[in-house]
Amino acid sequence: MSLLDYFRSSKKNSASIAKERLQILVAHERRNRNCPSYLPELQQELLAVIRKYINVNDDAISVNFEQDGDQETLEVNILLPDAK
Amino acid sequence: MARIIVVTSGKGGVGKTTTSAAISMGLAKRGYKTAVIDFDVGLRNLDLVMGCERRVVYDLVNVIQQEATLNQALIRDKRCDQLFILPASQTRDKDALSLEGVGKILEELAKDFEYIVCDSPAGIERGATMAMYFADDAFVVTNPEVSSVRDSDRMLGILSSKSRRAERGEEPIKEFLLLTRYAPDRVKLGEMLSVDDVQEILSLHLLGVVPDSKSVLNASNSGVPVILDEQSDAGQAYKDIVGRYLGEEIPHRFIEEEKKGLFSKLFGGRS
Repeated sequence: MSLLDYFRSSKKNSASIAKERLQILVAHERRNRNCPSYLPELQQELLAVIRKYINVNDDAISVNFEQDGDQETLEVNILLPDAK
Repeated sequence: MARIIVVTSGKGGVGKTTTSAAISMGLAKRGYKTAVIDFDVGLRNLDLVMGCERRVVYDLVNVIQQEATLNQALIRDKRCDQLFILPASQTRDKDALSLEGVGKILEELAKDFEYIVCDSPAGIERGATMAMYFADDAFVVTNPEVSSVRDSDRMLGILSSKSRRAERGEEPIKEFLLLTRYAPDRVKLGEMLSVDDVQEILSLHLLGVVPDSKSVLNASNSGVPVILDEQSDAGQAYKDIVGRYLGEEIPHRFIEEEKKGLFSKLFGGRS
């Protein structure tokens, strides 16, 4: 690698930064777009119900919606605190 | 039966009205009876870009509220008798648009016209969703710039879920990419997203690239759709776009930097 190449490659051009940022963002937004709009509310309500019985953190519950062809899956993951 | 085209983008200032004016004129010049409708209620500008601002008497909202007939509101273009313009209201509110009212107008136009071009306002509010609801084809106007690309992707989501075709479970709206304000020299320097970059992100069928050109401002200054400036690069780009839309195979242009000859380097060519 010549000295000139070194200087050239040291700074990534702004177009490729833009592309990378957009690819990540667009993929993320597309995933959320297909989700039903009740998802955040469902998550909050589930959390409230669980808290009636167990003291869990805000981030102890994750609700994921996935679509695979005709099949839609709702995955609810609840992390229980360590038993003392 | 008319084909309804929506010109949309989400983001403002990317060239929707310029594109609507150009492609409607292009289709009309090809001999197709074409109507172009301004959906930007409250901020009408298509009339100005088309050069018929002093001939506006009635508008879209007048027709919806049955204060005027469609024929009274349509303005026949002075340069091409196959082209008619339906201006937006300048004084009313966008809430004056109703899905039922717009649907009726489009249905009536469809009896008589071959192409109906809907110039969407920016944003995702009422005017924009009305403009796209009845569409068969969507021209997604995008600039090679992050916020425009993101907004275009957002519009694609709305097109596929909130249109009549989607609600009826019909064949989805055909979506096409129009990349405007493209500067090949800046792409080459790595300062601007390339056509390939934008296509990779949006995965849309490319209808054409319109170069960033002085001729666009010159055209709107004088109220002439840029497609009528046949010498200009932007005018030629839009002419190609109309041809490709009609199914012709025209190789893409204006993607690479134009190699200037010694003569134009010395004396400067028009761009």
